[in-house]
Amino acid sequence: MTGILLACICALSPPTDVYAYDTPDDGGGAITIEWKLSADDAWLQRYDIYRSENGSDFERTGFIGSGRDQFVDETADDKQYVYKVAAVADTVISFSEPSPAVNSSAQWLNRRKINIIIAVIVFGGLILFFIQHARRGRELFVRKIAGLHAIDDAVGRATEMGKPILYCPGIGYIEDIATIASLNILGEVAKKCGEYDTKLINPHFDPIVYTVAREIVKESYTNVGRPDAFDPDSVYYVTDSQFAYAAAVDGIMLRELPATNFLVGWFRAESLILAETGASTGAIQIAGTDQVSQLPFFVTACDYTLIGEELYAASAYISREPLLLGAIKGEDWGKVIIGAILIIGSVIGLLTVFPILGLFD
Amino acid sequence: MKRSFPLLLVLVFGILGIIPFIVPHPYVQNTDEFLRNNLLKILAAFALVLGLGSLLRVHYDKIRRKGQNWEYSWVLIGTFIVTSIIGLFGGVSGTGILPTRIGSFVFDIWTIYFNIEVPLGAAMFALLSFFMASAAYRAFRARSTEATLLLVSAFIVMLGVLPLGNEISPHLPSFAQWIMDVPNVAGQRGILFGVALGMLATALKIILGIERSWLGGGGE
Repeated sequence: MTGILLACICALSPPTDVYAYDTPDDGGGAITIEWKLSADDAWLQRYDIYRSENGSDFERTGFIGSGRDQFVDETADDKQYVYKVAAVADTVISFSEPSPAVNSSAQWLNRRKINIIIAVIVFGGLILFFIQHARRGRELFVRKIAGLHAIDDAVGRATEMGKPILYCPGIGYIEDIATIASLNILGEVAKKCGEYDTKLINPHFDPIVYTVAREIVKESYTNVGRPDAFDPDSVYYVTDSQFAYAAAVDGIMLRELPATNFLVGWFRAESLILAETGASTGAIQIAGTDQVSQLPFFVTACDYTLIGEELYAASAYISREPLLLGAIKGEDWGKVIIGAILIIGSVIGLLTVFPILGLFD
Repeated sequence: MKRSFPLLLVLVFGILGIIPFIVPHPYVQNTDEFLRNNLLKILAAFALVLGLGSLLRVHYDKIRRKGQNWEYSWVLIGTFIVTSIIGLFGGVSGTGILPTRIGSFVFDIWTIYFNIEVPLGAAMFALLSFFMASAAYRAFRARSTEATLLLVSAFIVMLGVLPLGNEISPHLPSFAQWIMDVPNVAGQRGILFGVALGMLATALKIILGIERSWLGGGGE
């Protein structure tokens, strides 16, 4: 047996058809080498990859285990390289023929993302179409969203009780779309607070979000003709530590006893701590997040919950601006298209299960 | 101008934010990295100064007005000053000009962070288990059809992951897994489709200047 093995190793077949090419859809600096496996692949320990800049002096640039037929080499973009692949078993090495010369370069388009670009163009086009539709003054129906419908009542209740409103935008950063959506809602809530002369408390986790929120609230008070009612200390930064922030907001809930708590934005594990504390104070709670894992907590502990896309629709729903409502309509049609694709895909998937209908094999 | 300039900035930087997603070229990627890692850090530093200013102002005001629990505001201001001095002059791990070690007693920022901040955060996190129990009690009260369905499915899932579930029926664990993998995932994906479209619409509305609530709303 050992004799047969040695005989096999001594006559190692090299890998063949070595082909090197510039790695596609990247920022340069990489060449992909492919080859046909050695006929003795089962006996090999690895493949060594050798490269040369002048076609004669080869140096080892990397290795990969047997059974693999591709390797990506890091390169400099302005140089040409020739590659050889060696089959290795113990001390026996068998080299392939050299590949044609190749150089790496940076690409201007990642073709692997073309499908996403097309989807964005289609759905973006739909949204823009409905915005244009709304611009022409067409009436658009948007279903009632209970959580948003309750905002007026919630602010009114706080006004009647002479208690403040707490608006917590979560622990997201300014680049999180949920935080941006929350800031849009904050603007509308601040307007109502300005109109009703209700105190607003708005503690923040991120300093950038704080500075943006402060300007939004200030502008909202100005827009409803109540710049004097804006209290600069009502919007403030607390900490960028997740649970320290939760502790601070819990403290505000228990000390100030707000009539209404808005927990709208990007939340993680602190969501339930905040929502349960708020529920224990008897406040009306309106929550909203796009974090699927936190939604059950909000649904359980809050009176109203904005689920997923309702968070993004909130600003349009509250302001009733036709252009913004048009965008919601666009989103709805986007969902119709996705639903249709899912149904068609499922039907095709089912048909392929039945061989008699092998239309889509 | 007060409104149109921010809108123009949002349009330009919004487009600059999208391009690196589809263009892998180093010119574009390096510009994006500069914007995210350098420019944003500078902005964050300025914002942090403003944020800390607001925090101190709120607590100073509370002490001045003798508001509810005003004594705790002294704790905040005191610890803020102490940790700031240690952080600024003692360095992150005690490598600055200020000594942060007296014998075996170490008080550099890392030590403070790991021995005070982290345990306090963990204590808050631990409260979650009690809140979860009370929330579960509220959620599982079978007051409506939906709540009853929730109760039944939660009962099956909980039983399915216990050894007892397998004793009751060998099919129970796989049924519990089916509930998690099929109806649960289907619901989550439905929400995620809506979230993705909502994100796209919000981004478009802001980049194109249709959504102006962040400017305080209103017209031109």
